[in-house]
Amino acid sequence: MTKNRKQQRKQATLLVLLATGMFGFAFALVPLYEIFCEVTGFNGRTFGQTTASVEQFSQVVGREVTIEFVAHVGRGMPWEFRPTESRLRVRTGEVSETKFYARNYANKLVTGQAVPSVTPGAASLSLHKIECFCFTQQQLEAGEEVEMPVLFYVDDDLPADIGTLSLSYTLYPVPDAQVVTLDDDVRGSPTPILEHSEEHSGS
Amino acid sequence: MTSQIVILKTLMARGMCPLANHRQKGWLIALIWSIFPNSVFAQGWDMRAGVTEMSQHIQMLHHVSLWICTVVGIVVFGAMFYTIFAHRRSKHPEPATFHENTKIEVLWTLIPTLILVGLAVPATLALRDIEDNSDADLTVLITGSQWKWHYQYTEVDIGFYSNMTTPLAQINNIDPKGENYLMEVDNPLVIPTNQKVRFLMASDDVIHSWWVPDFAVKQDAIPGFINEAWTRVEQPGIYRGQCTELCGMNHAYMPVVVEVRPEDEFLTWIEDQRIANELAGDAAVAARSREWTMAELMPMGEDVYLTHCATCHQPDGAGQGIKYPALAVALDPTRVISTGPIEAHLDRVMNGLAETEMQAWAPQLSDVELAAVITYERNTWGNNTGDIVQPLTVYEAR
Amino acid sequence: MIAHADTIPPARHPLVSFILRWVLTTNHKEIGTLYLCLSFALFLIGGLMAMVFRAELAQPGLQFMTADFYNQLLTLHGLVMVFGAVMPAFVGLANWMIPMMIGAPDMALPRLNNFSFWILPFAFFLLLSSLFMEGGAPNFGWTLYAPLSTTYGPPSTDFLIFGIHLMGISSILGAINIIVTIFNLRAPGMTLMKMPLFVWTWLITAFLLIMAMPVLAGVVTMMLTDRHFGTSFFEASGGGDPLIFQHVFWFFGHPEVYIMILPGFGIASQIIPTFARKPLFGYASMVYATVAIAGLSFVVWGHHMFATGMPLAAELFFMYATMLIAVPTGVKVFNWVATMWRGSMTFETPMLFAIGFVVMFTIGGFSGLMLAIAPVDFQYHDTFFVVAHLHYVLYPGAIFATMAAVYYWLPKWTGNMYDERLGKIHFWSAVIGLNLTFFPMHFVGLAGMPRRIVDYALPYAGLNLFATLGAWILGLTQLLFLYIVIKTIRGGEKATDQVWESAEGLEWTVPSPAPHHTFDTPPRVE
Repeated sequence: MTKNRKQQRKQATLLVLLATGMFGFAFALVPLYEIFCEVTGFNGRTFGQTTASVEQFSQVVGREVTIEFVAHVGRGMPWEFRPTESRLRVRTGEVSETKFYARNYANKLVTGQAVPSVTPGAASLSLHKIECFCFTQQQLEAGEEVEMPVLFYVDDDLPADIGTLSLSYTLYPVPDAQVVTLDDDVRGSPTPILEHSEEHSGS
Repeated sequence: MTSQIVILKTLMARGMCPLANHRQKGWLIALIWSIFPNSVFAQGWDMRAGVTEMSQHIQMLHHVSLWICTVVGIVVFGAMFYTIFAHRRSKHPEPATFHENTKIEVLWTLIPTLILVGLAVPATLALRDIEDNSDADLTVLITGSQWKWHYQYTEVDIGFYSNMTTPLAQINNIDPKGENYLMEVDNPLVIPTNQKVRFLMASDDVIHSWWVPDFAVKQDAIPGFINEAWTRVEQPGIYRGQCTELCGMNHAYMPVVVEVRPEDEFLTWIEDQRIANELAGDAAVAARSREWTMAELMPMGEDVYLTHCATCHQPDGAGQGIKYPALAVALDPTRVISTGPIEAHLDRVMNGLAETEMQAWAPQLSDVELAAVITYERNTWGNNTGDIVQPLTVYEAR
Repeated sequence: MIAHADTIPPARHPLVSFILRWVLTTNHKEIGTLYLCLSFALFLIGGLMAMVFRAELAQPGLQFMTADFYNQLLTLHGLVMVFGAVMPAFVGLANWMIPMMIGAPDMALPRLNNFSFWILPFAFFLLLSSLFMEGGAPNFGWTLYAPLSTTYGPPSTDFLIFGIHLMGISSILGAINIIVTIFNLRAPGMTLMKMPLFVWTWLITAFLLIMAMPVLAGVVTMMLTDRHFGTSFFEASGGGDPLIFQHVFWFFGHPEVYIMILPGFGIASQIIPTFARKPLFGYASMVYATVAIAGLSFVVWGHHMFATGMPLAAELFFMYATMLIAVPTGVKVFNWVATMWRGSMTFETPMLFAIGFVVMFTIGGFSGLMLAIAPVDFQYHDTFFVVAHLHYVLYPGAIFATMAAVYYWLPKWTGNMYDERLGKIHFWSAVIGLNLTFFPMHFVGLAGMPRRIVDYALPYAGLNLFATLGAWILGLTQLLFLYIVIKTIRGGEKATDQVWESAEGLEWTVPSPAPHHTFDTPPRVE
């Protein structure tokens, strides 16, 4: 009987551990999902700054595709925010630049964070951003307006059936507590990479 | 049956619904109408074929799977009811004793598997068509927000909100319900025939889902993310649908109306919109260059209030609980925004409040409309502030 | 070692000792009764909510309530039915029957058993009290989709979250207890493959519970931290994704569907052989089919999300996996028909409910197969077709199965036979009510009516009135059921120990009514 009790206790403990493990697994699903998205392009999430150098890709210039730009502001964000051009014809492998216009019409300093999304999802793997205002928080003084550059290229491995892709940014307000002070140049003063890209796109 | 459809169409033509119109005798009449084939029957009880190749293809798949289920059902239930009838104790007192038969068990595992494979093949092909990413002729950005749709034509600078126009009086059973009750909007989405239209879906707040059954297009609009779908419609016409993802209080009041026009008419419409935009711009300049009077603003303000604000804050400004605060000072003297400082009132109406259903109205309403509704809120239901908000003030706050 | 309720000294006020007896009981039969009573009470509450919002939906226009209150009712209806009515009813049946079916004296962990029951009333008190809070009850559907439930949820959402945590703890502890009992306390000679199918299906269900409920607890915890502690699991603005909620929720949600159905499979597999007077056909394949369904249930969650913008490959995977579930489910249905084949059937109320379960569950299975076909799901998704489907699966699968079980074992529990004539009336009125309520929903869904709307366009009017009538009939039949059960408890024709002439299993070897303690010395199973 006591042996039986011990065994029961052991089993019950194992089952409690299993349940605890599954509780942890629910949380583990979040990073797992992110990795999964990063690998498959699921849900059109894009992931940060590309690490590859521009030269590496801009050698091969491939077919022409259309890229559309879309901008939204989140609720409570007193900014006007829109792409300066709604679409661009680009060649795969070629670095291009576009700008988004933003204006803070509130009468106080406001910080925002742009969240990018790409559709179709599979295209998000092929869209690489070299420079983007979405990598950091953006701060605008009352009434200040700014044009924010995005420097990107569409990789040649873009699935053949995709002719049009859309890059969307949603700009959300950042609560005051979380504001990180930014260097001025993150708002996109031209960088050496930009000059490179202009060379290539010009050729 | 045909005669009933005729009667129904006559009733409909007169803008009357058999159910909604006779409230006193409502239950009895409704019963009679539901026993006989009624409008639902006229519309069909089945999934509609719709007007796109895709919707017809999907309906065909629906029929195939329905028929497979029906046939399997007839076989299984047939066997079951036969055995219930034939092997009941009074007819079959001595039960058999078998309880295994490997052959038949393998068989009834394999046959359904084969049927499923047969069903999976056309389903896979259809799915590939739905996920077709080839170039489109036109892109429309659809943004859901509580509780309306916004349509933006990305190639040309045209965008507008699409609000339900069914009046509260119909919803509250005061007026008879119109033919397109809950399925009518002020500005429908207009698209051309015979062109591949690509829809981009986005959301300002919660998840919505844009559905037009006749196109077989249903796609979620997810805040912060962007989705896409496409359609190509051959027949001009007006097609109606609804939001299909629970998105808060007025989820039922978020219809989708799409007007499909022949290509040349569509181009004319686009041109009209462009001109209308310019005129609206001129009108706005004119509006803010003069002083408006209380008498001018109040009736317009009431209109705007009833259209956009009253579903939450109630026609009498009483609000609803803590979620939708009262606007009448008598009801909540300490917190009412409409008798506080004008700047705060302006800011709340124009920019909304984060993490609540109070949205930013600045992009949705003109300077005059905003000035009118704020003036109205400050001078009605006993909010006798006497303040007049001028369109210029609104313009400067943008 | 175990403080038994019987050992409380009798010197107290009778009411106090009555209450203490039930509060402190560790007896599996008494705890089973408590579970069944609680679940029936919650079933009535959840059903009443459905009757109220069905009344609103009888006609277009707003008649009785605001849109927001409608959303609150439909949210609570879903939560109460899933977590309050169906799951506790099955746990109650498990408590009563599993020890008696495997020849055990009690559950393996009786005090834990008491604890896991008594968590539940508090959980539902928390949940239902939200109706009376400022801002109203949760109003975003039982699926709790973010950000409607996080950023936009009413303050009472936190009570819902704690309520779900408590329900989850209760279910997990209950499941652990059931597994330990089945593994350790079987009578000598009862190998796993000799266990009654009810025990088998519950064993598998218990594993599903232990693996699924913590995931639900996890996802509502994320909701809580998103709401109050500045995380942004589901907020795009903070780098999260609302779809993560749906993925995690449905990772729990689909196994949950089978948690609510597998014990019903077990019940049908007990009852049909008894009244067909013939052994269950394909016992082994029944067990394997159940395991297969349980396993598949963890890889099909994406079929709830076809319209969220999944890539083609994921849509195909979830479509194929979902269609595959039809195979083991079909095997089960075929086995039940084969069990009946050339038997010698009589149709007492438990058998009627079991047959009703098989027929209508199969109809729900058919619409499930149709929903699995991803391209067509774009038209079905979030319409009343889905509402019809899920109720055809759950009402027969869970409620009819539970009713069948109650009629089947009630004579054993009370020692009295129920009123057969009333039982049959109950069955037929429930069948009529159920089909009148849910069958028209297929049509309005196909015609284009979205689910979860408080008001609808005119073409959907007639059929909705039918559904409302059906819902009220269905609601009223529950009172008949209550009356029948009370009448049986109070008296009636004495039941024999065997009760049903060809019922097999250890539970029929003990006297009727089953004494407080059974199988103190384990029986031998040949």
